[in-house]
Amino acid sequence: MSGIVWALLGAAAAAILSGMGSAYGVGVAGQAASGVVSEDPSKFAKVLIIQLLPGTQGIYGLLVAFLTLSKIGVLGGQIAEVSLATGLLIFVACLPIGVVGLISARHQGTTAAAAIGIVAKKPEQFGKAMLFPAMVETYAILALLVSILAVTGIPM
Amino acid sequence: MSDKDYTYAVARIRALEVSLFSASVLEQLLACADYESAVSFLLEHGWGDPQLENDGETILKTEREKTWKTIREMVSDMTPFDVLSYQNLFHNLKAAIKGVCTDGVDPGLFYEGCSISPEEMVRIVKEKEFESLPEFMRQAAAEAYETLLHGRDGQLCDVILDRAALEAVRDAGEKSKTGIIKDYARSLLVISNIKMAVRCCRTRKTLDFMKRAMVECEELNVEKLMKAALQGEGAIRDYLNEAGFKEAADALFESSSAFECWCDNRLIETIRPQKYNPFSVGPLIAYILARENEIKTVRIILTGKQNGFPESAIRERMREMYV
Repeated sequence: MSGIVWALLGAAAAAILSGMGSAYGVGVAGQAASGVVSEDPSKFAKVLIIQLLPGTQGIYGLLVAFLTLSKIGVLGGQIAEVSLATGLLIFVACLPIGVVGLISARHQGTTAAAAIGIVAKKPEQFGKAMLFPAMVETYAILALLVSILAVTGIPM
Repeated sequence: MSDKDYTYAVARIRALEVSLFSASVLEQLLACADYESAVSFLLEHGWGDPQLENDGETILKTEREKTWKTIREMVSDMTPFDVLSYQNLFHNLKAAIKGVCTDGVDPGLFYEGCSISPEEMVRIVKEKEFESLPEFMRQAAAEAYETLLHGRDGQLCDVILDRAALEAVRDAGEKSKTGIIKDYARSLLVISNIKMAVRCCRTRKTLDFMKRAMVECEELNVEKLMKAALQGEGAIRDYLNEAGFKEAADALFESSSAFECWCDNRLIETIRPQKYNPFSVGPLIAYILARENEIKTVRIILTGKQNGFPESAIRERMREMYV
């Protein structure tokens, strides 16, 4: 395979894996949110915010995918010459956000569902409840940073 | 169903748990001047159905139905909840056998909401079609029926069916992969065996009778418990202390109502960890048991008010709440 294929695979992996994780996480949290709102619609805004937390990994993956596509010229319409070594480097650079995004979004989804349980019983503890799933975000942000630094730092 | 399949249901249960009666709400109910004001208090708290008659028993029946209706709305597969209805199912079988053998079936004696309707249960017993019952009921049903029909021994009929009910709960607990069902089965066996030992001791039953009535379980050495029951209540208390059931022994020493309270409170202690479980069927089962416990406690208060019991006598019988 030529370098451009590996680079595109990297962009796809970043978007697909983190998107899958976010879809699962937001889905699980959404089920919990629906359960609470079916009994107490007044908690809609609070549970919606918590439900959205696992969605960020998908955005991070999209961001890295955009950076990669931009770097190899796919977005501008002029595809750059990418050697096999560079293509592989770009592919590996995209993996952190893809893999960590997938895993962290799944775990953030289950943590968010548990946090929604706190809001259901003690809505005044919303701030604390939000912190638990937010902690999982740390590792997605770290992976995002690594991917961005790596993708932008690879010489063409 | 996997644990994550219950996410929606558990979150909904969390929202519903807010409206469970706490100890302080029960104190307010207890402080009501009379039965009528206690019923009004319940209606103000959303209990009962405004379209139905508002007597205490109807309100409690409505609340029980509401609980099961909510669970049925949330869960498509009701199999994990079957174990909770085994005792009611066997009670219905007992009522049907006694009704058929004495030509006097009383519909008021049956529990609703079991997997076999009261009418169907009576039909099965009348036609001796015991193979239509679940497998764990068949043999006991036939044996209890024959015992009552030919021997006219109502007590033995009760013992056969009560033991079969406990064995069914024990087997369900052993087969289940769900922690709370295992814990529930274990607790129920312990409580039932201790209750049976105390009852047998007070009515001076023989060892043979106890062997027929009690069921082996992990937490208790049933042989020792039976021997203690033959010696007297003091020996039962000593054995319970030795087996790690000091609270049960103390309650037994205090009064019958304190002991009954301990039995129910132990079940609530068993399910209490489910308050912190965000997934699985556990919180749903815990909610059903918590509601049953809540309804039982409200019934105790209403009955006390209706009969003019003093507050202290009612308070002594009040159970611990789940929330």
